[in-house]
Amino acid sequence: MATKKFKCEVCGYIHVGDAAPDKCPVCAAGPEAFTEIAEAGAVPSKKKGLDTGSNTYTIIYASVMVIVVAFLLAFVSSVLKPTQDANVENDTKGQILTALNIDVKAPGFNIAKEFAGVRDMLWNGTELVPYNGQFLSSYGAAIKEGELHVFVAEVDGETKYIIPVTGRGLWGGLWGYVALNADKKSVFGTYFYHESETAGLGARIGERWFQEQFNGRPVFAGDNDGTVALKVTKAGAAKGETEVNGVTGATLTSEGVSAMVNGGLGAYISFINN
Amino acid sequence: MSKLFSEENRAAFSKPLNLDNPVVIQVLGICSALAVTSQLKPAIVMGLSVTVITAFSNVIISLLRKTIPNRIRIIVQLVVVAALVTIVSQLLKAYVYDVSVQLSVYVGLIITNCILMGRLEAFAMQNSPWPSMLDGIGNGLGYAWVLVVVGFIRELFGFGTLLGFQIVPQSWYVENGGWYINNGMMVMPAMSLVIVGCVIWAHRSINKEDK
Repeated sequence: MATKKFKCEVCGYIHVGDAAPDKCPVCAAGPEAFTEIAEAGAVPSKKKGLDTGSNTYTIIYASVMVIVVAFLLAFVSSVLKPTQDANVENDTKGQILTALNIDVKAPGFNIAKEFAGVRDMLWNGTELVPYNGQFLSSYGAAIKEGELHVFVAEVDGETKYIIPVTGRGLWGGLWGYVALNADKKSVFGTYFYHESETAGLGARIGERWFQEQFNGRPVFAGDNDGTVALKVTKAGAAKGETEVNGVTGATLTSEGVSAMVNGGLGAYISFINN
Repeated sequence: MSKLFSEENRAAFSKPLNLDNPVVIQVLGICSALAVTSQLKPAIVMGLSVTVITAFSNVIISLLRKTIPNRIRIIVQLVVVAALVTIVSQLLKAYVYDVSVQLSVYVGLIITNCILMGRLEAFAMQNSPWPSMLDGIGNGLGYAWVLVVVGFIRELFGFGTLLGFQIVPQSWYVENGGWYINNGMMVMPAMSLVIVGCVIWAHRSINKEDK
């Protein structure tokens, strides 16, 4: 057995040996002033019983951790899914209403109730037919499959048509709703949002000042009703009725919105000209 | 109570706010300081989210610290952080949908925040849960105030607004016949590094005598 260490509580002198000395060589205190110092490391490690460094322990630890976390996440996800879906659906309805220049963020505004008056229709190429499926929260896939949704709403006694549009921004998807007036030749209101555009730059397309720039704009330039002329330019470069100023410092996102609105309305051109 | 707020514990909380600040002194978490500070509101929300998550992950790692195998400790820390961030983002989506839309990508960004891993490795692995929690909150807030300062400067000079409210009078702007133009440089991500640099400079000159 290795030697033990004893510390003098009076002066801090450390004596090495099997037992406390009779007298401290520094301050002359008696043996009662000495206490044994427990050696760190050697003895306590055996007490633990588990060797946390061994391969078996590491593998079991990792497996248990992964299983626990996986179950936890799956549980949280499945418990919260219905609430989340309801939120998403409610939010989508709110976005469609926002395109009608309705302030859905106003206190006490009930989105579900207000949305009841909006009819979800499909454009089959010649006429609008009622849509009987489940309410969709995103329209990218539907448009690609040729399923052209049109929401019909009445605002102050006038019919408005809301067209869902989708596109790509700088970092991820963009989507929006463009509300057209009853003659379908001019914009009544818009709403845009994004998955992951840069905060403070591209993300500003989600702000009302940007969206309200579209209000009252014509869809076509002059009498040319073959191609949609409405687009977004670089900030400050907009000329004429059909060009809207983009967001400063977010040229690519602005271009994305331009392509989305232009192409999105383009897909509905037979409806617009009907 | 006196033990809970002993000098050491108070130091764990207060040092990261100033003398041991994660951003200004240790220069950690700069990446997200770049991304989210062009306006004040996301900067505040990001600062608070990081504070909450650093505190919780510090506590969890601190509770587990004696069982974690040394060789895979970084992976364990990462799993804890990632699981925590995922749960928080799910909860936000279910119960405060508006906030989760506002945060969008930032919640995911928190996982990659170097401050988190830094605190887990440097503090929570060696200390008990209570000081670890204080350390987490302290570091989160230390990060938050730098973000708020940068966000404040960038939004004020880049957009003329604060938290979305117009601060610079509309009549000052050139387009309304005035003389003022928003500084487009402030909107660029690179500018936040310059501002962080200025904050570090100011902070070091103030604290010179302490060293």
